[in-house]
Amino acid sequence: MKPERLSRRDWLKLGAAGVAGVSGATVLDLASRGGARDALAASGALPREPGTAGAPAGPHGGHQEAMGIVGMPGPDGVFDPAAFLTDFDYGDVTTRADGRVVRRWEFVALDRDIEIAPGVFFPAWTYNGQVPGPTLRCTEGDILQVAFVNAGSHPHTIHFHGTHPPEMDGFEPIVEPGQRFTYEFEAKPFGLHLYHCHTMPLKRHIHKGLYGTFIVDPPEGREPAREMVMVMNAFDSNLDGDNEVYAVNTSAFYYQHHPVRVGVGDLCRIYLVNTTEFDLINSFHLHAGMFKVFRTGTRPDQYELTDTIMMCQGERHVLEFRLENPGMHMFHAHQSEFAELGWMGFFEAVERLAAGDGVPVRGHGGRRNHA
Amino acid sequence: MPDSRSDAGPRGQGPGRWVLGLLPLALLAGLVAFFFGADPTAPFRDAFPPVEDLTIERVSFPESGVMRVHVVNGGPEAATIAQVIVDDAYWQFEIDRDPTLPRLASATLELDYPWVEGELHVIRLVTSTGLTFDHEVAVATLSPRPNALYLTTFGLLGLYAGVLPVLIGLLWYPFLRRIDRKWIHFYLSLTVGLLAFLVVDALEDTLETSALVAEGFQAAGLIAVGFIGAIVGLRALGNLGRGMGGAGSGGEGSGSAGGGGASRGLTVAYLIAISIGLHNLGEGLAIGAAFSLGEIALGSFLVIGFALHNTTEGLAIVAPVADRRPALRHFAFMGGIAGLPTVLGAWAGGFSYSPTLATFFLALGAGAIVQVIVEVTRLIRKSWPQGVFTPLNATGLLLGLLVMYGTALMVTA
Repeated sequence: MKPERLSRRDWLKLGAAGVAGVSGATVLDLASRGGARDALAASGALPREPGTAGAPAGPHGGHQEAMGIVGMPGPDGVFDPAAFLTDFDYGDVTTRADGRVVRRWEFVALDRDIEIAPGVFFPAWTYNGQVPGPTLRCTEGDILQVAFVNAGSHPHTIHFHGTHPPEMDGFEPIVEPGQRFTYEFEAKPFGLHLYHCHTMPLKRHIHKGLYGTFIVDPPEGREPAREMVMVMNAFDSNLDGDNEVYAVNTSAFYYQHHPVRVGVGDLCRIYLVNTTEFDLINSFHLHAGMFKVFRTGTRPDQYELTDTIMMCQGERHVLEFRLENPGMHMFHAHQSEFAELGWMGFFEAVERLAAGDGVPVRGHGGRRNHA
Repeated sequence: MPDSRSDAGPRGQGPGRWVLGLLPLALLAGLVAFFFGADPTAPFRDAFPPVEDLTIERVSFPESGVMRVHVVNGGPEAATIAQVIVDDAYWQFEIDRDPTLPRLASATLELDYPWVEGELHVIRLVTSTGLTFDHEVAVATLSPRPNALYLTTFGLLGLYAGVLPVLIGLLWYPFLRRIDRKWIHFYLSLTVGLLAFLVVDALEDTLETSALVAEGFQAAGLIAVGFIGAIVGLRALGNLGRGMGGAGSGGEGSGSAGGGGASRGLTVAYLIAISIGLHNLGEGLAIGAAFSLGEIALGSFLVIGFALHNTTEGLAIVAPVADRRPALRHFAFMGGIAGLPTVLGAWAGGFSYSPTLATFFLALGAGAIVQVIVEVTRLIRKSWPQGVFTPLNATGLLLGLLVMYGTALMVTA
């Protein structure tokens, strides 16, 4: 549906109506009764029937489309925002003699140039060559082993959020380039967490790209849903202490040009993490729908219904929603500045999603379904 | 050594001297070739990120909803424009060439951007390495296009600011003819004061404008070429003029005030007119640019200020011929030479302002005025045995500075 466009004559009439003494008070009065439009229509200032003023859009009427970036990001070889969105890394799974599940991951810190907007490259510090790092996923009570090798040019660590012994916290020891360290701890409590480098200067080690999502599922699982991970991040490409590119999952405007396809009425779940540096807060706003916010994902029975959620640095929430209508649903930071600097995307709700199309459904009926 | 010298026979003759002249050049060429071949600085270069330096020279607004960004790469290496941010929002653009700009290459970007009349906009280029280069448009306004209306408008502005005031200033001629010789020198000194102020003023403008010049264009070098070039060029022109006027070699001798005096005064007057013309070209650029950059209030003040300023320039032109009787047509010519460049400058500045050219012309104007001061001082010295700095002349000079200061207040008020 296209918006109705006023013709030049209508504009002149509107102006004339203003000059002719439709006082502010009258307009407000009419508006409060919902009659402003009728009154203006009666005065001849507004067209009575929609569509009667159907002048075609001018050559420069399309600013909505002119906003944004030029070109598309090239193939990366390691990181693809489309795949990353629904990629959960459960690790190499073994079962210990006592029956406990052990999950193991290999992490390598690497210096690597990544494409943060088409044609714009950022000298990142990465886990496994990608920003954000792999999305780790496990179930409460699992034993986790993260074997970390520092192949970068600076000392790094991996600091996990959650409960664990301080010596496994990733504050110490500092892993120097060429060294290795294995983090081992029990996954608890269930919820949505994150990990990031905790080497000083902290701000630089985080904004250079050393962070990722760490999901601990409740033992009983969550309701099957189309699940995705979104890491709100930003890049200070000119190193002036201020971000030039904002995004979810690194690539500016990526999901605007590649809308995320979901089914109408399907339960959708977003694991939403804020790792933005330099800006105190970031936010998530959904168009044409409302979502449930499970704060830190730790209490499945408590949520808030909203369409905008504000998050501090390091804050993360599980969002759930169902889109009721087919079509494009925009989502973006409600800080307009962040949105227009890249943190903007679309959900495309489709009546009937073919098998294998869109965001896959993950069912988690508890521990037995994992791995 | 003495032997070889005597072997060479008469020095400076024969084909051998060309070899001697070219030998250093050949060595230099060899050195350059070796440097590029061996590339001894490669280890340093690899250790550092690329040096990029893009400059937005000008942003124009050809129509509602469209902006054009004129970029030049003033850095030592090529740079690639990857994205553009306008007012903190990425905005799509079209570029008229490959987005990788070699050193000193320029490009024009066109954006469908809903700019707002009279408001501030910030354009930021993002290169492939994530570096950013900003340009602020203080007041966005529709850019003038070279049609009849704007040509006329800018032409009239130039007339108001340049031609008419100079012609009005020339009207002091009959007055100057009726006063005592002593007072003529007072007015000549006043002229020196006026011009000395202009030199300082023009140099300040030059330096201010040079800050906007892309680094690769070497603003300091431009200023040196313009400033010194004007002094040397006009001096040579003056000597040529004196030669044709029959005033002899025009050396530093002091007793030649009498012979060929009429044409000598006229030559100086013409030199002053040319110099002021060069200077007014820069003033015209400033006026045109102020209007096209939307600083209309500033433009209006500039016109009034320059008009007052330039009236005194008319005086400067006629003072050297106060005791002669040149033909009337000379006044018209001199007025045109001094004033018309303002019109040309206003056109150029209004339609395609370039800080690089403006810097050059402002420096040229400043140098031209220095040479005029030299000429006028010489004129006083030669025809006034009491010397240049008599109390009366010194008063005139200081008064000239003060008059200019007063009228300059109008320009920036």
